[in-house]
Amino acid sequence: MSAKPDTRLTLFLLLAPAVLWLGLLIVLPHVEILILSFSERVAPRVYVFGFGNYLEFFTEPLYWRTFARTAIMSILVTVLTLVLAFPIALYIARVAQGRLRAMLLLLCLLPFWVSELVRTLGWMMLLRETGVISYVLQATGLTGQRIEFLYNDGAVILGLVYGGLLFMIVPLANALESLEPAVVEAGFDLGGSRWTVLRRIVVPHAMPGIVAGSIIVFMLTVGNFATPVLLGGKNGLWFTEQIYAQFITRFNWPQGAAFGMLLLLLSSAIVWAGLRLTGQSLGTTLKQA
Amino acid sequence: MAQSTDLDLVSVVKRFGAHAAVNDVSFSVAPGEFFSILGPSGCGKTTLMRMIAGFENPTSGDIRIRDKSMIGVPANKRPVNMVFQSLALFPMMSVGENVAYGLTCRGVSRAEAEERANRMLERVGLKGFGERHVTALSGGQRQRVAIARCLVLEPTLVLLDEPLGALDLKLREHMKIELKQLQATFNTTFAYITHDQSEALVMSDRIAVMNQGGFEQVGSPRELYHHPATPFVASFVGETNRWQGDVAAASNGAISVRLPSGAVIQGRDHGQSQVVGKTALAFVRPEAIALAQETSALSGLPNRFEGRVSAVLFDGANSSLLIDTVGFDEPVRAVLPQAGQLAGIQVGEAIHMGWSADAVKVFSA
Amino acid sequence: MLTKRAGLKLATAFAALMIAGTAQAAEKLRLLTWADYAPKEVVDQFTKETGIEVEITLSNNEEMISKLRATQGAGFDLVQPSQDRIAGPQTEFGIYKPLDLSKIKSDQFIASMLESTKRNTTIDGKVYGVPHIWGTDGLIVNTKAAPNVADYNDLCDPALAGKTSFRSKRPALIAFAFANGMDPFASYGDAKAYAAMMDKVGAKLAECKKNVKFFWDGKDQLLNALRSGEVVAAMAWDTGGWKLNSENADIKFVAPRSGALGWVDTFAIPAKGRNDEAAYKWINFNMRPEIAAKVAASAGNFTASNGADKLMQGTLKDQFAESFPKAAIDNIKWYPAVPAGIEEIEGKVLDRLKAGS
Repeated sequence: MSAKPDTRLTLFLLLAPAVLWLGLLIVLPHVEILILSFSERVAPRVYVFGFGNYLEFFTEPLYWRTFARTAIMSILVTVLTLVLAFPIALYIARVAQGRLRAMLLLLCLLPFWVSELVRTLGWMMLLRETGVISYVLQATGLTGQRIEFLYNDGAVILGLVYGGLLFMIVPLANALESLEPAVVEAGFDLGGSRWTVLRRIVVPHAMPGIVAGSIIVFMLTVGNFATPVLLGGKNGLWFTEQIYAQFITRFNWPQGAAFGMLLLLLSSAIVWAGLRLTGQSLGTTLKQA
Repeated sequence: MAQSTDLDLVSVVKRFGAHAAVNDVSFSVAPGEFFSILGPSGCGKTTLMRMIAGFENPTSGDIRIRDKSMIGVPANKRPVNMVFQSLALFPMMSVGENVAYGLTCRGVSRAEAEERANRMLERVGLKGFGERHVTALSGGQRQRVAIARCLVLEPTLVLLDEPLGALDLKLREHMKIELKQLQATFNTTFAYITHDQSEALVMSDRIAVMNQGGFEQVGSPRELYHHPATPFVASFVGETNRWQGDVAAASNGAISVRLPSGAVIQGRDHGQSQVVGKTALAFVRPEAIALAQETSALSGLPNRFEGRVSAVLFDGANSSLLIDTVGFDEPVRAVLPQAGQLAGIQVGEAIHMGWSADAVKVFSA
Repeated sequence: MLTKRAGLKLATAFAALMIAGTAQAAEKLRLLTWADYAPKEVVDQFTKETGIEVEITLSNNEEMISKLRATQGAGFDLVQPSQDRIAGPQTEFGIYKPLDLSKIKSDQFIASMLESTKRNTTIDGKVYGVPHIWGTDGLIVNTKAAPNVADYNDLCDPALAGKTSFRSKRPALIAFAFANGMDPFASYGDAKAYAAMMDKVGAKLAECKKNVKFFWDGKDQLLNALRSGEVVAAMAWDTGGWKLNSENADIKFVAPRSGALGWVDTFAIPAKGRNDEAAYKWINFNMRPEIAAKVAASAGNFTASNGADKLMQGTLKDQFAESFPKAAIDNIKWYPAVPAGIEEIEGKVLDRLKAGS
């Protein structure tokens, strides 16, 4: 009779931190944001319930265009990160041994010892008109005048790919590591070319890692703020900037909240579509990550 | 050597640093032959096989398949297919896709590849398994898929790298027979590597016994068993009693070996001339030892000893006795016939044993 | 399990700790202000005189309002928003408390500036702000590289393509409205007319955007670009211009033909400030001429303190004289209080400006 309440208490105590974490830090704020997003200002300090903030997003081309731009660029960044990370992960997982492998992973991790802001400022120093790359090009006589690499979409994509690389490499390397060497050899032995083996054996095997990495990178990219703001040009507006502007410079919290919910919803939809497209389930993908 | 061969290795050497994993190995395999390479782990047989498959390059020497040198030919361009120890089925593909994989790599159309794969599956007794996932198969079925995947490509040579190692005993016994039958039906040349002498003996037409990077002896299972050329082959192939002593006398092919205890064994020299006083090894198969309750029953045999049963190893037709014998450091092992008076013998009972001089193989140590 | 008595003891101890905590906090002034407005020297002297420690958080107008709004006016004891950004947010969010003018030594202020600030920050007869530092928005020009820049519109001169900059914030809208013959302040009360005007200004800026290297955001970002020559003309604060002028005589702060924009940063007390006494002490301390002169030197701007100008260093005075002839001073457009709703209109224009290409 005494055993049962005891185990229940233990279970409760074990679960408590997770439940608290989920409840206080994730569910509660989102519920608040959700409620906030449905309030409309009618007069100073007077708010009523309404869908106006959501309507605003769909009727004002400015906002959904910014979102579409953000989503498309994020997908592009994700694909580029994947293409770049794949050979690196392949090398780490299949070729590098022991110490070299640890070194390589550490090397990938190193940039994350400084804050995102510092990393971005580093890129600015390299890319600006009076920056290192422009200077080197001039010094080597490859160009006669200073070149501006900063303040355009290319710089934003570069910065975002750089920031996402690690989060792609780790799940990819994990997935690739579990591929039995004999399976790859069998692929060659039965007549497969490098390309065939990659396409039909290595990539399908790594698929859960690819999807996991892509989801992480996509989400990080869509939700990034500092990199697009600092590296982006006068034309490049990121959707998070739009949210920041609503909250901070426009004092329009309900509109910002609605944008936030839409960002969550639309990026989730894109992830869901990606999962469907690749035939992966969220469960197997999370296991990989 | 007028007859055509499927596989020729000519003085193949493979070095990893200073260590020679394969040291000057030459042999030929005839079309349709079941050729085994038998050796303990680390003897270089896997390296040898990987060189034939194309995953390693020999340091020197030549590998020829149907008289075409394979040096510089990548694995995916060789008319050789391999059944891996782990089988290495493609877990991301169905059974049918596994079998059709090699065909599509060759540019066979998808429909035709599927049809040929299905026909092959039918021939190996897996009709209707095409859509299944490979993880949903039993060990024996997976084995057959791995072989079907190779055979569908009609290769000159199929390499098998201890493919039965992961199976349980019963299935392994069954698969030995099945493999042999498959090989006979398809009449494809098989090169099989194993450390299990019984697998090699049962299935092979010829066996090469490999040790420390080189071949000790190449021959039919019978030759190896009855006429081992080296002490290594004598002890590695089949069960045997092994004693070390000095050559006491040698004349006209007759040879006697004196054990450290003073006991003398009469044997026969197999072409190797022995010098009196030199250390020698004597081998006697357990089945060559005759047992009797009375010493008189063994009177025709030159080697006669008396001992006491220390253990009865019952294994049906393979049952044997360990006999503590005066003059021998270790118990003598002898086959125990399951018919006759001795079948019911118990530990501790006294017993007489004897064997002919022909049954003793003597090698200089 | 805790016994009742032990629990009680624990609660008492907690309560004691809490009281001790607040008691300690009472000796602290939590100040939300701009960079360089509270130099260390001044803070140290204040602490020495009063025993009150000053905890400084740096910010800008929008963030100040957002921070206070999030907490409904808690978390700080004294803030320094611009005078035009008090009435609107106060009406909307109620984040400030009225000032007790009897606690402020009004004779320390330049009388005219104190009066106009009080007027701009009065709601329902209650005053919410007093002036501290003032300055202008105008043009920082590298006169060697861009000798012809005299008004905001010149930033759109194709000859300077890719070498100019302004902030994509409300001062740019106001400035370009004046530069193109409009008077935005006159339309503050008429939302419709103001929206129409802003659309026009937005179109003008969109046109000008091709010419802009970037919309600057942080002051240092702009100053670095001006130093390196990547940018040769920009709309920015006078203080930055004078700072660069001290380094490079070619770079000057120019009062635009259509008028520099005059701003006044104030002292205001948040609605849930916990230490008003310390806040008033800080205000009175800061307006003492010798202290105000130090702060002004640190910020590179001018102070509303009466008599501090006599104590200020010569360079800044000279620079001011060069940038602002008498006519230019008279032409300064002082921001009137921003009515609620205006920022909404401006925000959308600015969003479009940034998003469109």
